[in-house]
Amino acid sequence: MIINAENIKYDDLNTAIRNAKGNIELLNVCGQRFIASGMQDKRIIINGIPGNALGAYLNGGKINVKGNAQDAVGDTMNAGEIIIHGNIGDAAGYAMRGGSIFVKGNAGYRTGIHMKAYKEKVPLIVIGGTAGSFLGEYQAGGVIVVFGLNKKYKKIVSNFPGTGMHGGKMILRSNCKDIIFPKQVSVNPATTEELEEIKKIAEKYCDFFDEDINIIMNSPFTIITPNSNNPYKQLYVTN
Amino acid sequence: MKKEGQIRIPSGCAIAAVISRSGKLMSGERIIKAMEPMHDRSNGLGGGFAAYGIYPDYKDFYAFHIFFDCRDTRKKTEAFLKEHFEIVKGEIIPTRKIPEITDEPIIWRYFITPLKSVLAELQLDEKEFVARTVVKINSEISGAYVFSSGKNMGTFKAVGFPEDVGRFYKLDEYEAYSWTSHGRYPTNTPGWWGGAHPFTLLDYSVVHNGEISSYDANRRFIEMFGYKCNLQTDTEVITYILDYLVRRQGLTLGEAASVIAAPFWSTIQNKTDIYDKEKHKYLRTIFPSLLITGPFSIVLGFNGGLMALNDRLKLRSMVVGEKDDKVFIASEEAAIRKMEPYAENLWSPAGGEPVIIRVEEGKY
Amino acid sequence: MDVNYIYPEFEIIRNMDRCISCRLCEKQCANEAHLFDAERKIMISDETKCVNCQRCVSFCPTRALKIVKSDCTLKENANWQNDTIREIYKQANSGGVLLSSMGTPKPLPVYWDRILLNASQVTNPPIDPLREPMETKVFLGKKPDSINRDKTGKIICTLPPQIELSMPLMFSAMSYGSISYNAHESLARAASKLGILYNTGEGGLHEDFYKYGANTIVQVASGRFGVHEDYLSSGAAIEIKMGQGAKPGIGGHLPGAKIVGDVSKTRMIPEGSDAISPAPHHDIYSIEDLRQLVFSLKEATQYKKPVIVKVAAVHNIAAIASGIARSGADIIAIDGYRGGTGAAPTRIRDNVGIPIELALAAVDSRLREEGIRNNVSLVVGGSIRSAADVVKAIALGADSCYIATAALLALGCHLCRTCQSGKCNWGIATQRADLVKRLNPDIGAKRLFNLMTAWQHEIKEIMGGMGINSIEALRGNRLMLRGVGLTSKELEILGIAHAGE
Repeated sequence: MIINAENIKYDDLNTAIRNAKGNIELLNVCGQRFIASGMQDKRIIINGIPGNALGAYLNGGKINVKGNAQDAVGDTMNAGEIIIHGNIGDAAGYAMRGGSIFVKGNAGYRTGIHMKAYKEKVPLIVIGGTAGSFLGEYQAGGVIVVFGLNKKYKKIVSNFPGTGMHGGKMILRSNCKDIIFPKQVSVNPATTEELEEIKKIAEKYCDFFDEDINIIMNSPFTIITPNSNNPYKQLYVTN
Repeated sequence: MKKEGQIRIPSGCAIAAVISRSGKLMSGERIIKAMEPMHDRSNGLGGGFAAYGIYPDYKDFYAFHIFFDCRDTRKKTEAFLKEHFEIVKGEIIPTRKIPEITDEPIIWRYFITPLKSVLAELQLDEKEFVARTVVKINSEISGAYVFSSGKNMGTFKAVGFPEDVGRFYKLDEYEAYSWTSHGRYPTNTPGWWGGAHPFTLLDYSVVHNGEISSYDANRRFIEMFGYKCNLQTDTEVITYILDYLVRRQGLTLGEAASVIAAPFWSTIQNKTDIYDKEKHKYLRTIFPSLLITGPFSIVLGFNGGLMALNDRLKLRSMVVGEKDDKVFIASEEAAIRKMEPYAENLWSPAGGEPVIIRVEEGKY
Repeated sequence: MDVNYIYPEFEIIRNMDRCISCRLCEKQCANEAHLFDAERKIMISDETKCVNCQRCVSFCPTRALKIVKSDCTLKENANWQNDTIREIYKQANSGGVLLSSMGTPKPLPVYWDRILLNASQVTNPPIDPLREPMETKVFLGKKPDSINRDKTGKIICTLPPQIELSMPLMFSAMSYGSISYNAHESLARAASKLGILYNTGEGGLHEDFYKYGANTIVQVASGRFGVHEDYLSSGAAIEIKMGQGAKPGIGGHLPGAKIVGDVSKTRMIPEGSDAISPAPHHDIYSIEDLRQLVFSLKEATQYKKPVIVKVAAVHNIAAIASGIARSGADIIAIDGYRGGTGAAPTRIRDNVGIPIELALAAVDSRLREEGIRNNVSLVVGGSIRSAADVVKAIALGADSCYIATAALLALGCHLCRTCQSGKCNWGIATQRADLVKRLNPDIGAKRLFNLMTAWQHEIKEIMGGMGINSIEALRGNRLMLRGVGLTSKELEILGIAHAGE
């Protein structure tokens, strides 16, 4: 079903999406917020610029954005898949617990902030381009991957990646010589086993965005993991 | 209920701007449209615009836009102005009656120039004298409020949603090479028009999104230099800080950005360019009280250009895009797409990284 | 016994079931309050000698000891309290001026406890201090008024001399003589590890400690003890001591008995000679003379060291500070009336000066009104007790705080307030070798490091809650403060609103 979102307010648009049967394609989206928030099972293709909090609390289904997306994509997402064929704004995947977000281009600040994992739920964010500062801030679980494709003069990730990280894993397609990490994380080259895992993720990325897997895999990868689950315990004393 | 100036009122916001690098004039329609998709970032308690290049016939005169509470205040203010300025023209700013905008004050504009004899007597630079006059009227003439005071530019603001404010002031009838706009989301306000943004001093105008946490440290420092923060708003203090750093201290815009959104010491420490490192350390050391913390994104307008800047932690969003001669800035990409669906090179400047756009020399 | 005898203030309670007569308490007590009764083979006590320093309590291996306030008191009287009567007896007996140690114990208002801090909710975000960068670095010193550029347009980045601190805290002046070698070593080592400064006080600088020069403030007081060219050049800054919060307008007196060995050598005065610090500097009888001393010190050190002028918080402090700011000083240190001391006349300590909170607020406001706040940095002390006090002081307008009592507590001081006796059982305020060695500088330095690090974390946590990620943005940010239970006048002087406003 095709919905023309031009000049439709976000609440009306979301009602239309909820009421629609089968797959949905939105046209002329321009800044409408909360698209597909809490959605369970639908497949949505978005043309235009979805507004903030796209796919917040997403609980299944698939969102496919043909261009850029704004801030807070997949906020507190629990399941499902979001594919962005452009760049995304800040704080994507905040407190995400499950599902996956694939971004062809660059991500803004605080991607994957406080992402977590629980039982069988292991969330995944894949950024094809570069990531802004505070990538994976207080990451508590899940996997964040940054490929840094087409990064030109920019660093693969900007300042302060992994601050407060206490769970999960970050995978950066770089030797990370130019990146300064905080004290509480371990920085190691990917093992053969991990390279296999990366390859699987990269294959999926290539499926979505039609990139060359050989180019992606032809690079060193660095794995960032926390040193401890309770890095701040020693800071406190009972009073 | 207390108004801005009697009490500090925090607010959030939407901002947008467009500028033509080749000085091509644009009507206000485009910028009004930009605010539509960001409607939810304002709450109807303030909207405003700044436009550059709109008064070519009077470009050598300071254009004062003033709110008056009554006719007497206007007479009193005009008498005060006449003592120090030549007034070449004074008129009501044309507006359109619309149901969304009510309770308007008396709104006039004056094209004025300081009397040479007055400047000579006070031994003051012309701009400094005009700036002091604005501060004086706003703090001493009760009921009068100068909300715009630059040359060949003007701000237009009111209580309401920005789209409505734009229609109210007939901005579709103005032609500017650069526009900025603002939708305000104050926590509470009795609806005083002066509290809306942009805030201006001379040709500097600032639109701002966020509530800064360093406010009183900044205010108490800047007030040492003759500024008076009558409104107690972030936008006001940021305007004064930029005026102080750029006009009075002679910093470049980029250097001023390094003061207010200074890099972290650790980032400075890791710089490899020795002069750059020393300069940042120096600026942070000598202007510690002008560091602005907490979330902000601002667009500073001035004659011939714009500067966009985010706080150093980038706690507010800001997107920049281009198309041909034009550069677009907004809190959300959707606003840029409204102005120019085919905008290119969209990017989000990093925290503390100023984006400075200038109109080609001689084109404005 | 006679008219002078009053039942001692403290009783030593010994649980005889636990006491094993190991005589450790006897060894630990320099006041000789514990004695061994050889005949009966038990420990006995002489309460008249006890100062309640808790040393014996802390060290008793069987936890058999406690010191309690005696319940044998004079008849209760709200006006003529026990202490007052006791002091009158002492003076009637001796004809002497009462002498006390440490800060005043009187219940005068502590404004820190009447000021509450702000935190961010909704309109702007708090910042997580443990994870996001949170800066506490400060530079103390004069800031230039204007920017200068070279021919190519580059900013000329030469600054007047500055003190760089990792956090807005320093250990304030305590002389070698009033405190021990080991206490000084602990302070010096902790300061250097922390990236802050300690202060020699007026007793000179022991030759062993020149190596900590980068973290040392060398003091020049009215007695000029131990002041010479090497001394001035060895520190990171020079402090001219004009006054002290515990005893404004009063000099100092270290008895000749304490001027022995290294103390004599460091002060550069003969052994056994009294070390008298006059009340004024006899080359400063007026504000313009201060300028002369400031610049003579700057000349002697080739303008490489910032000069601090330390004054006690007195009634006219705002005008005084303004005068100091115009006298070439780079930093003004103000010591409030609750500040500590090794020895001060009791009446002076308890009655002269004003609270640091009001002094700080008045000075900061005055310097801003005059547009010269950037010409000087402000350091405040007397008494800063916790990270919360530090945050409140910075928000009122201070650049940094001085702490001394808190630092001594970290070293083991139990605030028994008998420093003047020279028999400090904790090895701090003493020169007796057997007592000094009780303070292990390794442990002392570590404990000071712990204390300051803990405070730094707390400062960051409080700033983060306010949404402030750099200490500069907190300085003078009085909107972050609200008063509780204060009068309009007090609020006006503090420059803050009342809670709920």
